[in-house]
Amino acid sequence: MKEPILEMRNITKKFGKVVANEDVNLTLNEGEIHALLGENGAGKSTLMNVLTGIYKPNSGAIYYKGNKVKIKSPRHAVDLGIGMVHQHFHLIPTLSAAENVFLYTPSCKRVLHKKEMEDAIENCSKEFHLDVDPSAKIWQMSVGEQQRVEIIKLLYRGADILILDEPSAVLTAQEAVEMFKNLRKMAESGKSVVVISHKMNEVMQFADRITVLKGGKVEDTMLAEEATVERLTKAVVGDREFVPQTNEGSAKKEQVVLEMKDVVVKNDKGLNALKNVSLNIHAGEIFGIAGVAGNGQKELAEVIAGLRKAEEGTIFLNGEDVTKLSVKERIRKKIAFIPEDRLTMGLVPGMTMDENRVLKQYNEQQFSKHGILKKKAISDAVDAEIERHEIKIVGKSAPVSLMSGGNQQKLIIAREISGEPTLLICAYPSRGLDMGAAEAVRQILLEQCKKGVAVLMISEELDELFQMSDRIGVLCDGEMMAILDSHETDYETVGRLMSGERYE
Amino acid sequence: MSAMNKFRFEKREKQSALRTLIITAVSVLLALVCCGILIFSVGSKPLKVYETMLTQVFLSPTGIKNMLRSSLPLMFCGLGVALTFKMNLNNIGAEGQYAAGVIAGGAFVLFGPDIEGVPGMIITALCCFLGGAIWALICAIPKAYWGVNESITTLMMNYIALMILAYLCLGPWKMPRQNTGMTERIPRSMDIPEIMIGDIQISVGVFIGIIVAALIYCAYKYTTGGYQLTVISKSPKSAQYAGISIKKNILMVMSLSGGLAGLAGFMQYAGVAHRIVENMPNNAGYTAIVIAYLSRLNPFTVVVVSILFGGLQNSTAYVQSLGVPSQIATMMQGVIMIFVIAGDFFQRYRLVIAKEGKA
Repeated sequence: MKEPILEMRNITKKFGKVVANEDVNLTLNEGEIHALLGENGAGKSTLMNVLTGIYKPNSGAIYYKGNKVKIKSPRHAVDLGIGMVHQHFHLIPTLSAAENVFLYTPSCKRVLHKKEMEDAIENCSKEFHLDVDPSAKIWQMSVGEQQRVEIIKLLYRGADILILDEPSAVLTAQEAVEMFKNLRKMAESGKSVVVISHKMNEVMQFADRITVLKGGKVEDTMLAEEATVERLTKAVVGDREFVPQTNEGSAKKEQVVLEMKDVVVKNDKGLNALKNVSLNIHAGEIFGIAGVAGNGQKELAEVIAGLRKAEEGTIFLNGEDVTKLSVKERIRKKIAFIPEDRLTMGLVPGMTMDENRVLKQYNEQQFSKHGILKKKAISDAVDAEIERHEIKIVGKSAPVSLMSGGNQQKLIIAREISGEPTLLICAYPSRGLDMGAAEAVRQILLEQCKKGVAVLMISEELDELFQMSDRIGVLCDGEMMAILDSHETDYETVGRLMSGERYE
Repeated sequence: MSAMNKFRFEKREKQSALRTLIITAVSVLLALVCCGILIFSVGSKPLKVYETMLTQVFLSPTGIKNMLRSSLPLMFCGLGVALTFKMNLNNIGAEGQYAAGVIAGGAFVLFGPDIEGVPGMIITALCCFLGGAIWALICAIPKAYWGVNESITTLMMNYIALMILAYLCLGPWKMPRQNTGMTERIPRSMDIPEIMIGDIQISVGVFIGIIVAALIYCAYKYTTGGYQLTVISKSPKSAQYAGISIKKNILMVMSLSGGLAGLAGFMQYAGVAHRIVENMPNNAGYTAIVIAYLSRLNPFTVVVVSILFGGLQNSTAYVQSLGVPSQIATMMQGVIMIFVIAGDFFQRYRLVIAKEGKA
């Protein structure tokens, strides 16, 4: 019988009014791999940040090795033996693996012996079957190898609990299998492992137990062998009431505006983020893209907007090949793009509303003549849009970074639709907005679609996708799993496809 | 558990003109105290030296005339450097671009068609501008297309340009029957004119500098070109998203910056030295980096700071005439600069004494 090494009891964590974790109970046994499953924003990361001392819970208690503990800081957590591998690694690229590990070890000597350090790491990596060259520099390593260095860092410090935040997200399929095998070996040697994930298939395959978080609460806990796709899907996505379509009387026309044929795109790490994706979007149609974040949505939006190169395949706009066109040329062809990063891409945070309004149109006759900006015309255009879209401003000379998220989004949308686009790409249009603003944004999108604009809408919220879209394409791991008519499908089917299960 | 006091620096959110003035004044004062000890230790009277500096260099008509002349190359290099810094490009090659400008201008004056007077002056200025611009472009192209670090290339190109300049002045371009490395005098009709305001003689170059500063200021504020540069400097990702070509703007800004450094060469050539000499730039291109930094890249401030730096440079000679060794005099210049730059740090940051309860 395995003993629980860690118990988190009734953990509640609030940020202002937002409840990120509510009465969460989690038990971790010695030598098990425990998966924490849930959608983005379900509270997985918050819970782990509480455990590693980054956040302090509002209420609840943590019992570790039988004693009640108060974890004061990340340092304290590590001293206790609780370590975490974050999604973004904390390694110094120019130092070797051994040096990185020793940086993390406070009790090391003042004078470092390279050989000694490397031998120590070598032994550690052999003990846990983690293949790492201790003298290699981090920047020369593959992502998988870097991840192993991160794990060794924790093991060398004597961690008994390893927490990994979406460890497979950065790996290729093969590397992921290898990594899970290594985790299994660690578990067998008595370590306990928590894996944060949102991939059902890998969780069912590699974990001992699964806890599903939803809306900050524990929805379900089960042994892996008891888990079925139905049960997990239900727990993750929930028994949501089926919301009837608000996009009634679809404005979809015959004319195909965007056509993608076998498009392959690489992500920033050089891995294929989109694998032979094909789709077409008609005028007046809203085409929804469902999928867990990080499965190629960002790359899809960027390749259409021209910000990312298509390695293979072709993209047609109104029958014309635009694959090789620059961003500027595509803007002229009336492709509008509402990006997911509002303040790093969609807007220049340090500039005013007026200045941001003409980001794409500063060169148009309406706003400049012979290279001189028509400040009055720009200001008038912004004033008109403030009124039309009910944008709340902080002051016209204030930087847009001071505006609320909803109003920033409205400003971006106002700019993008002002060019009378034929294709509108929007990534997570209502993310982070309150109900009112989200609804207003959706209304604007529906209006555009009635005007005959083809809309590509990427979202994580199934409600939103089902309400708005004519058709839904599901992306998983860069593959278009299926393209479904939103009237003829349901949440469960889409949920299953999102988790990587094939459609029969 | 012990309570610990910790010092840390916090970035100031707002800059105020008054604070700038006070901190600069205090820094200069401290520098003068420091230099005073040095001057005293070599047997001169610090107060006497400072009095001469003030009255002769900064307040007398001749002093002002010379101060303005000395500021010309600093001003144009400073404006150019500030332009690139604003776009997060580290052009530290103003020195070489200055030299390249002088070479191009000199080639026209010495070997070009015989055009004198104002037309000749304008053509020479254009040649200097182009010389500097091309020299900068040599570094801008690899930066724009392959991401080659411009700090290193522009610095390296300095040595090349300076060597070529020295070679020409000591070799083929050398004035006959002369031992020092210098060329023939520029025709008098091509000298940059100087006008009298009251009893002070002011080089027209200063006004050109102010006009250039105003043009740069307006370009940033009112033109689409300046708009693009602002977007790129504030958020390169947004610029990409908006289809603004970062490559094109790198090329443009670098060549403009180099061109201005080349014009600095023209100012020195036609306005001050009247001939090309072996080590003409004399570190103006490097001092310009300090000037641009202290001016916070504001073109008008660059003009003012350059003039003050011009005066500081000239004071070296006056101080020497009082019997202070030249090494000490040059050192004074350095000490004042260091104090002002150090003071600048306190304008950007403030010292906070944080009480930390628990360790």
